[in-house]
Amino acid sequence: MTWRPRLAEGTAPVLVVLLLLLVGLAIVGPAYDEPSGYLALLKRAAPLVVLAIGQYFVIVSGGFDLSVGALVTAGVVIAARLINGSESATVWVILLVLGFGVLVGLVNGLVTTKLLVPSFIVTLGMLLVLDGAIFLWTGGAPRGALSAGFRMFGRGAVDVPVLGKVPWSVLILLAVLAAAVLFMRGGTGRALVAAGDNEAAVRLSGGRVDRLRLLAFVLSGLLAAIAAILLGGFASVSAQVGDGLEFRAITAVVLGGVLLGGGRGSVVAAAAGALSLEALFTLLNLLGVSGALESAVQGVIIIAAVAYASLGSGVRLRLWPKQRNPVRPAQPESS
Amino acid sequence: MSALEEKSVPVTLKVTRPAVHRRLTPVAIVYIALAALLIVGSVLVGLRGEVLLDQGGILNILTRATALGLVAIGQTMAILTGSLDLSVAYLVGLTSLIAAETMAGRDGMVVPGVLLALGVAAGVGLVNGLVITVLKANAFIATLGVALILRGYLEDNYTGPAGDVPRGFQHLGYDRIGPVPVAALLMLAVAALSWWYLSRTRPGYHMYAVGGDIEVARLSGVPTRRVIVTAHVLCSVAAGLTGIYLASRLGSGAPYVGTDAGYDLESIAAVVLGGTLLAGGRGGVVGTIGGVFILATLDTIFDDLEVDPFFKDVVRGVVLVTAVALYARRMMANRARGRLT
Repeated sequence: MTWRPRLAEGTAPVLVVLLLLLVGLAIVGPAYDEPSGYLALLKRAAPLVVLAIGQYFVIVSGGFDLSVGALVTAGVVIAARLINGSESATVWVILLVLGFGVLVGLVNGLVTTKLLVPSFIVTLGMLLVLDGAIFLWTGGAPRGALSAGFRMFGRGAVDVPVLGKVPWSVLILLAVLAAAVLFMRGGTGRALVAAGDNEAAVRLSGGRVDRLRLLAFVLSGLLAAIAAILLGGFASVSAQVGDGLEFRAITAVVLGGVLLGGGRGSVVAAAAGALSLEALFTLLNLLGVSGALESAVQGVIIIAAVAYASLGSGVRLRLWPKQRNPVRPAQPESS
Repeated sequence: MSALEEKSVPVTLKVTRPAVHRRLTPVAIVYIALAALLIVGSVLVGLRGEVLLDQGGILNILTRATALGLVAIGQTMAILTGSLDLSVAYLVGLTSLIAAETMAGRDGMVVPGVLLALGVAAGVGLVNGLVITVLKANAFIATLGVALILRGYLEDNYTGPAGDVPRGFQHLGYDRIGPVPVAALLMLAVAALSWWYLSRTRPGYHMYAVGGDIEVARLSGVPTRRVIVTAHVLCSVAAGLTGIYLASRLGSGAPYVGTDAGYDLESIAAVVLGGTLLAGGRGGVVGTIGGVFILATLDTIFDDLEVDPFFKDVVRGVVLVTAVALYARRMMANRARGRLT
């Protein structure tokens, strides 16, 4: 028996894109001749990948989470204010930030499922509330500083036997990804995808759609809090640290071939989409494309990715039309 | 009143909906909420010894409502059709620049400037619509992509305000009749025109049909692609009008005038606040204008009360979610009643 890697549908294209981008990086950037360059890329990409995994849960179950960017900002700002440079506060502040993420996810999920408000509106409202509350609390200029212990997760590294120094953030990223893959292979994960595909069918077959959706939002909130901790390691503390991250995470998920509206796509592809996005920005940077055009390129790419995903099969059919009934079934001769 | 009620009930649902005259439509709720807000606001501001609805207050509300109202009218059409447009904020900035740079301070160039800005806006709307219908991209992604492209263009070419609007054209932004700015009247005229278009013409009905159920609409012979493209072109033209209006107020074009005000999400908020379903097929311009005035009045009240500006965002978020939760409950109640009877 030969073992073939099982790829969920729609995963292959984004892996090809990622591979091409990595090859491009190897050609253009001298830093990418050795593993450390790629580790640095992974480390930079870690917060976005974690966010994209969280966003994947919500999108695949048929929703949107626009509040993650504001949640990341809130996480960083709250941590900086509460830690204020004191090392001893690190542990409980980290727990608090994670708890805050879960709480925000819980509110998003409960309002969506119990009050029947579309998740786009709920999380848009949450975005406004969080942004306003952060500015209100800090007066526009966040104070305080993160402790070295807090920043370790984003910028520190740990010795691993074979690979040498591996950044903490890469290890956390791998752990999150592995957990997400295991989760999606399990019954709950499958039910989550099914809820995004056909809510009525899941309900009729005894699935608890509301609980599944709630779980997706809680996971998204928790992962956004983890992303905030990772980002706090190398970004400066400001009230704009998470700006636009929600759209970037959605872009990454869509780039991974996940269908908006739910029901299609794999979590590995979503993570690969986020990594591709980061690799693309790095490549554009190396090629000297101005930062301003970066967003234009991002725009063209997501339109192309989605058009490919929805037209792909059609285009292929037109290029290589399937022969219809190439062999006529032999008619039994009647004598 | 009867006109309002008739408007908010899509044709297809007239049969199943019982006793329309007894139940308040979302449009009625919006205007009751607006009246309540004006009364509460007047009392709160009155306690400080000031008047909310004096000359300055009315002017303030109407000025805020004009720009957002124009964007939201367009957004209403996109959302009614089951789509949405995230590119309007950058488009407002872009059209303000195009108008101001074409005019370049010359009175003779006012008309070409306006026409060019509207033409470019229509072109962007056409691209939005075609990406959605021909490339079959989700509207969220399609318009987000176009928004990012516009942003790249703006960031690459402009660092700050550019262009110059002739003094004569600034009358559009500042002239008023009594306490009412001319531009606000023009905005209301555009709203009336859209109301007529949506509820009294065939293409308007088609928008409701496509937003209600695109498959059913297609099978009934509605040219769904054309309807979606039209909605996006009209939406972008409305954003273009906003850009022109803002150029006339600012005296020049500004690349981030639309995004600083957050017109993309703000206009969606106003539309949904006005009782239009985010999924499309139900709602209308009348409710949207109510939603716009609620947001504008909230802002003005907070200004008068000298509340921390960031608190506004918190309240706005809560108001938005509460309103939509209310509409959702009413719709469930209606549906349950429809089934029982």
